[in-house]
Amino acid sequence: MDEQTPVLILIALFVGALLVPTVGLARPRLAYPLTLTTLFVYALLSANGLVAVIANGPIRYHLAGWKPPIGIELNLDHLSAFVVGVLATISLLVSVYARVVVRRELGSKEMPFYTVMLIMLVGLNGMVLTGDLFNLYVFFEISSLSGYALMALGHRKAAVSAYRYLLMGTVGASFYLIGVAYLYALTGSLNMADVAERIPALHTNPALLLSIVFVVVGLGLKMALFPMHLWLPDAYTYASSTATAIIAPVMTKVSAYVLIRVLYFVYDVELFHEGVPIGAALTWLGVAGAVVGSVMAIAQKDLKRMLAYSSVSQVAYIAVGIGLANHYALIGAMLHVLNHAVMKCCLFLIAGHIALQTGSTRIVVLDGLGRRMPWTFFAFTASALAMIGLPPTGGFFSKWYIVIGGIDAGQWPVVVVVVASSLLTAVYFFRLLMRIYTAPEPEDSTGLTDPVWSMRLPVVVLGALVILFGLFNVWFVSGLLEDALPEALRVVSADS
Amino acid sequence: MSDLQAFLESQWAYLLTIVLLVIGLYGMLLKRNFVKKLIGMNIFQAAIILCYIVFAFKRGASVPVWSPEKVGTEAPLYMNPIPHGLMLTAIVVSVATTGVALALLIRIYRTYGTLEEHEVLQRLRDDG
Repeated sequence: MDEQTPVLILIALFVGALLVPTVGLARPRLAYPLTLTTLFVYALLSANGLVAVIANGPIRYHLAGWKPPIGIELNLDHLSAFVVGVLATISLLVSVYARVVVRRELGSKEMPFYTVMLIMLVGLNGMVLTGDLFNLYVFFEISSLSGYALMALGHRKAAVSAYRYLLMGTVGASFYLIGVAYLYALTGSLNMADVAERIPALHTNPALLLSIVFVVVGLGLKMALFPMHLWLPDAYTYASSTATAIIAPVMTKVSAYVLIRVLYFVYDVELFHEGVPIGAALTWLGVAGAVVGSVMAIAQKDLKRMLAYSSVSQVAYIAVGIGLANHYALIGAMLHVLNHAVMKCCLFLIAGHIALQTGSTRIVVLDGLGRRMPWTFFAFTASALAMIGLPPTGGFFSKWYIVIGGIDAGQWPVVVVVVASSLLTAVYFFRLLMRIYTAPEPEDSTGLTDPVWSMRLPVVVLGALVILFGLFNVWFVSGLLEDALPEALRVVSADS
Repeated sequence: MSDLQAFLESQWAYLLTIVLLVIGLYGMLLKRNFVKKLIGMNIFQAAIILCYIVFAFKRGASVPVWSPEKVGTEAPLYMNPIPHGLMLTAIVVSVATTGVALALLIRIYRTYGTLEEHEVLQRLRDDG
């Protein structure tokens, strides 16, 4: 069964996405249990895939038996199994949390919400698994379209922010498509492995360099890389809390994954140093984004908006790791995909709690809540410390690897800015923690408690995972991520 | 002059796609109406679809149905069917995107009673 796992992951989600609306129309009550079952099966399959990949190496599945480069290939290797694992963890925990919140926030739109969420997961997993450049575009658009729909559910301002996101996202996807057009015209193939073999002969071709630029800009728009992040704060702020909690951790991370996949496994690492300095561009945009995101986050008065800006700055760290293009920096970027997904999911779920209990996400409502909701704010504190990058949380180690990567590359300004941006992050999170634990409770706060267990459990699990991923980061790095690196970066280069 | 003429004669289709791309981007960035932005987006996508079709085209080639008796067995005698297939998918994607965008526009119109960007933004600010 192992060799079927890549396609089974997609089929499981897709069957779920078809069953939920058909059954849900007749019996709306069944929509939620079906979603949960689907995601549970999906999580088991992805865990199975992860174990199989670690034991026996990458799994390549040829759809309908057509051999590549003609047919479409699904590719479950260390890197994609890792990202699928992140997606499965996040989506399962969010759906456990969703039962109460979605019913209360969206009411009769429960069934459409779960359907669209499952379709989005089909798209995201497809993006991660596919080994075909055009197939990637199709899954890209599947996940984006359902993402727009998910974001439009919620606050009445959400439609405007979702529409702007749609315009930006479509331009991003179209740029990616132009990049693929150049690649196809140059190599005559769309299979990633096949294209990668033909790239070295084309190194000096200007069309190849142009295609990299288009692909990077397209994916940069999607992953909210500074200065293409302008769609993100509004979209995250006005979407319903469950939608934000599922979209914020995974959407930008999967785009970052695709950037790693395309830049390192299709294009050549050598290209980073010749022609277009794409590595340097990513690094410096990342550095700028880390600072701008943090500064903007400090200025916010709304919790969700603050978290959205902090996403901009955290994604920028991943871009720095990708741009530095050496052993440690790329490991740091991959590890940060995991850590940031977990901690951002946790924080957005807590923002959902607070919105549900107090009816507001303004930062002032946090005053003194630490004593009333001990479980919730244990998880909040763990994630906040991870955001800042304090040991022993996961956030510390991923930033540590990126900093070592910066030192290895001799990019001292990068190191300084990464550390400085962590200090800025500390400014806004310690300000929150002060309010939560030391501010006096307002008079009318009686009745605010930790929410029901189905909402409390995912948050506490995520909070614990933030710490566990920090303590066991060596396992991830040596057991999984070192094998996930492209050949050229496997060994630490001697000249650095 | 003749160089330029030769260039234009052989590459005019690509130049057309570039012009369309720019028109599309202009519409999306500078038009102040949400529907006009959407039209710009559609032109932008159409330009990319055209670009694929243009480089798949070969003068004098046959449809990609393999028939050794009538046409021959050489690859240059057939058009490349893959870009056409890809672009069918891209057209479907573009139709779906337009559908979602129009649905969002209906919701915006019902909430704010206008589709002019600056008026919507003004009402967003008043909304608090």
